[in-house]
Amino acid sequence: MLEIDVNKRLRDFSLAVDLDVARGEILMLVGDNGCGKTSLLNLIAGISSPDTGRIVLNGKTLFDSEIKEDVAPEERNIGYVFQSYALFPHMSVYENVAFGLRARRLSAKEIDLMVKDRLDEASLWEIRNAKASSISGGQKQRVALARALIIEPELLLLDEPLAALDVRRQEAMRRELKERLHDCQVPSIIVTHDLRDVSCIGDRACLLERGKIVLSGGPEEVMGWGSNLPSSGNSCSK
Amino acid sequence: MTTIEAVRHFRGIILSKELFRRLRSRAAKAGLALLIFLTISFIALPVVSLFVKSPLDTVLRSLSSPMVVDALRLSLSTAAVSTLIVVILGTPLAYVNARFRYPGKEIADSAIDLPVIMPPAVAGIALLMAFGRMGVLGQHLNAMGISIAFTTLAVIIAQIFVSSPFFIRQARTSFEDVDLSIENAARTLGASRAYTFLHVILPIAFNGLVSGAIMAFARSLGEFGATIMFAGNFQGRTQTMPLAIYTAMQGDLDAALCLAIILVIISFLVIFLVKALSRRVYENAGN
Repeated sequence: MLEIDVNKRLRDFSLAVDLDVARGEILMLVGDNGCGKTSLLNLIAGISSPDTGRIVLNGKTLFDSEIKEDVAPEERNIGYVFQSYALFPHMSVYENVAFGLRARRLSAKEIDLMVKDRLDEASLWEIRNAKASSISGGQKQRVALARALIIEPELLLLDEPLAALDVRRQEAMRRELKERLHDCQVPSIIVTHDLRDVSCIGDRACLLERGKIVLSGGPEEVMGWGSNLPSSGNSCSK
Repeated sequence: MTTIEAVRHFRGIILSKELFRRLRSRAAKAGLALLIFLTISFIALPVVSLFVKSPLDTVLRSLSSPMVVDALRLSLSTAAVSTLIVVILGTPLAYVNARFRYPGKEIADSAIDLPVIMPPAVAGIALLMAFGRMGVLGQHLNAMGISIAFTTLAVIIAQIFVSSPFFIRQARTSFEDVDLSIENAARTLGASRAYTFLHVILPIAFNGLVSGAIMAFARSLGEFGATIMFAGNFQGRTQTMPLAIYTAMQGDLDAALCLAIILVIISFLVIFLVKALSRRVYENAGN
């Protein structure tokens, strides 16, 4: 379970979020560009630090301004899929997925077994030797997800995971993503500005406006939020 | 004038205007082409003349003259050492300046660039005032029995001083070009700062760093003004290739031409290598 209660002064406004995400729950964070969605993910991942507050994951304090605790990002064990996927362009697909295990200094044999499994599961085995900079958008998304999942994270953060894909791919990826996330049974936060993502993938949705959560509810309630919502398309075909 | 005549008349005017416009645009293009040709000729002529005025056999014969051999050996070894030192000291500095803000960063940036703008003679006298026998640091070193000015070490120090901005600037740009989210991704995957730097940032920026190092090496090879003032002109000890060219000009022009041609060829190689590397940097970035 993830418990967040943080404050952070951003350039134009203050981010102030109090939020819990249960184990296995997929929380959709919705909002317009620049409302603080990515900043919140960065605070949780430890890439930047809140001014005040607390972040606790499965009982372990990751950040606490009162006791001056701030765990480094590499020690938080959080899987983060960045908006641009942030694959390592100089490495192959295989090396990208293996990176987290190499950083943990696992043996070559263990790494090979685990990477093989992940690549097979994500249908990436065929392109394992391709340079990460040369594969398609959909493949990049799969590599980024496989790379984040292989470290067996205690929390998953996904920043606009489908935004870079064309509409037809998005549809297929939504279903795949939902299955994957439910399989790994950890709390997940997905940032999106597309309501189809909310209704197809999410268990719960929060609307973020200028750094504050203004609305919160089930994915079916989202359509009722009306004019507060960012512009988006139709609901998804299940 | 009938209507038909009037139409013809106006069409004639329009046609001649069109013709005039075309001629004018052609003249402009021809003028521009001539200007470009003259500019390139101006730059190329001295280089071409160097080759025209240096018969191959005399150049090859001069290659074995002790002065040329000494200068070549000294230049290559000192430039290699100074480039190595510049890379070792400059890489962390370039990375910090690319990624972090700290008090006095603006001043640090200006100080880094200063040797590029500083006249070589000023650099030479400044180095003497710092490391010379009576210099700010030099007098203390001298008291300990260490003398720097007019030694091979002085040649290396002068080269480091003038060539470091070439590497540091290029390295900084290469580090800035590494997407911050790639660095962050490595951290969230469990890599420490050092592991991320060695396995992610350095390999991505590598070609840029190498091309910066090549430029610094070339600048070190060509260093003249600061060296002659701070290190002097002693064959085999401080007489690098540019100094040897200067000295040989007064007696053995063939030796001077031989050294000049070697330096020109190295310059061409540098341009070629740096261009090839920057193309690869572009491809590596996934563009």
